[in-house]
Amino acid sequence: MIEVVSEQRCTRCDICIRVCPTNVFERGPDGYPVLARQSDCQTCFMCEAWCPEEAIFVAHPVEPVPEGSPYRDPAFLEAHDLFGAYRRAIGWGRRPQPAT
Amino acid sequence: MALARRSQIDPGAVRRAETDVLVIGGGPAGCWAALAAAEAGVDVILVDKGYCGTSGAAAAAGHGVWYCPPDPELREEAMASREGLGGWLADRRWSSRVLEESFQQMNRLATWGYPFPPGDHFRHVSADGHVHHSKGLQGPAYMRIMRRKVVNARVAIWDHAPVLELLRTPDGEVVGAAGVQRQRGGAWEVRAKAVVVATGGCTFLSGGLGCNVLTGDGYLVAAEAGAELSGMEFSNAYAIAPAFASVTKTAYYQYATFTYEDGSVVPGAGWHSRSAIARALLEGPVYAVLDQAPESEHERLRRGQPNFFAPFDRAGIDPFRQRFPVTLRLEGTMRGTGGLRLVTDDCQTSVPGLFAAGDAATREYICGGFTGGASHNGAWAIASGTFAGRGAAALARTRASTAHAPVVVEAAAALRANGERRAELGWWEATARVKDEVLPFEKNYFREGGRLRRALGELDQLWSELGTLDAPEDPLAAVHLREAAAMTATARWMYTSALARNETRGMHKRLEHPTLDEAQEHRILVGGLERLWTRPDPRRPLTSKQLAAVA
Repeated sequence: MIEVVSEQRCTRCDICIRVCPTNVFERGPDGYPVLARQSDCQTCFMCEAWCPEEAIFVAHPVEPVPEGSPYRDPAFLEAHDLFGAYRRAIGWGRRPQPAT
Repeated sequence: MALARRSQIDPGAVRRAETDVLVIGGGPAGCWAALAAAEAGVDVILVDKGYCGTSGAAAAAGHGVWYCPPDPELREEAMASREGLGGWLADRRWSSRVLEESFQQMNRLATWGYPFPPGDHFRHVSADGHVHHSKGLQGPAYMRIMRRKVVNARVAIWDHAPVLELLRTPDGEVVGAAGVQRQRGGAWEVRAKAVVVATGGCTFLSGGLGCNVLTGDGYLVAAEAGAELSGMEFSNAYAIAPAFASVTKTAYYQYATFTYEDGSVVPGAGWHSRSAIARALLEGPVYAVLDQAPESEHERLRRGQPNFFAPFDRAGIDPFRQRFPVTLRLEGTMRGTGGLRLVTDDCQTSVPGLFAAGDAATREYICGGFTGGASHNGAWAIASGTFAGRGAAALARTRASTAHAPVVVEAAAALRANGERRAELGWWEATARVKDEVLPFEKNYFREGGRLRRALGELDQLWSELGTLDAPEDPLAAVHLREAAAMTATARWMYTSALARNETRGMHKRLEHPTLDEAQEHRILVGGLERLWTRPDPRRPLTSKQLAAVA
């Protein structure tokens, strides 16, 4: 399920709001996308693929991860190069996929 | 104004347009339909519940497309490979047309920049000896290109515009559709000279990758306009998925070993024998590990389906070496083959002015009662979309403007507008009640007459409650409640057809009728909303048996 939009990376372009097929996001008061309807997320990874700034992280469980999970922690996700990982995996990323 | 009267949405906020062809649904079939109609020179509007480019089963995943060059022997092999599995309900004439059209369009896709891997490899033999003729497509890249092509063809795309109803004249002709705008607010109404329904199948919000938009909306609006369906008993496809994740990529489990909690192997379990997995899941957890994939194949498999590995990578699981819990997710009529009945070669339904394409239409014509996997459905989306788009354009040229055609207003399920019976049944509860009747293996996978009748009774009850409900004031809730109504109607057609097929054929298996009955070698039509009916399709499929008899 969608868990984090990084405000450090987000440029408020609204692409995720437009492309989400289940209409999960809404534009927040400061322009950043908010997870208005997280329960409608179908874990399809499309927002992560389409975000040009690699600012989005979709966690693997189909239910929300618990409070305090590292999958909600932007620092953890940065440290493990998880923002936009799916975009890079399908070859849309700006950076080449890191060697494993 | 029909919509305002029905769903109480401010008529002042209606976005209106008139066009030649309206396409409902922006997955592959809808895109190919819109493109074909625009290339025929008519005006086209495409509406999608979500976003054309990410919506639907194809966009999020990868799939093969049934693909075969025009070599008579190869085409024969491609058509013969699934004929018996499909229970002899596929039609050779349709199959030939679809193979040819999808071959042509796939080759165009390459010229538009789709990055097919080098070489022309399309014939594969899987681990179990089945021959496949297909070319792979990565959903995200495929659908991004399709959106661009549709936009460049000057089709107007309205995203986040779920359909609530079709508009039809007192004579029964379809002249447009109406719905709500999820993001802009207010309603929409498009008057058109022909309408193509390409809304996909119905997977009952079972959580499969990209599939929660597939709630049977197109079946319901078409049936309300009088359309018939076919093959709805072929609707119990279940896909293997990690228990924690959405990714349904059953083909990769050809490399899997399935085990119980204690590590012992589940007897008979395999990607093509999922009933053993379903039985084991009724008793407790089942695990899989892809340990049959040779090490040398790991990298190729990773490149082939990045979406398959996304959840494992995030969970820190190496699926080639570590076992993980699996489940089966219902893929309903999406990987099944039932859908709207077509009565012409250009994919018209039995309702004048209404066409159907992709998973919204029955795919029995090319794969009978057994799923062709995504490959047949992928080719069907391309070919039937193209046929429907051309057909709709041709019809539109013969019709006068429908802008001022009179439209009948009838009370539709969960879309009444008295404002009195609103809160009696919420969409969440209605959805949960449908899921209770279609997701359990013991009801839908292992079908048995008594249990089917009981489930149908529950669904009939739910339908009668939904039928008299008023539309909720909140448009998002109104859409969800209509989705619940569409799923309820779909499940009723499924089980009514399943009860009419007293045998085992294709994916439809009746416990008390475990064998194929030659007397039932026909497609089953189903329809109706309050009172359902079934009858054999008077048109018999043209199979190799008939061709051999003629020869």
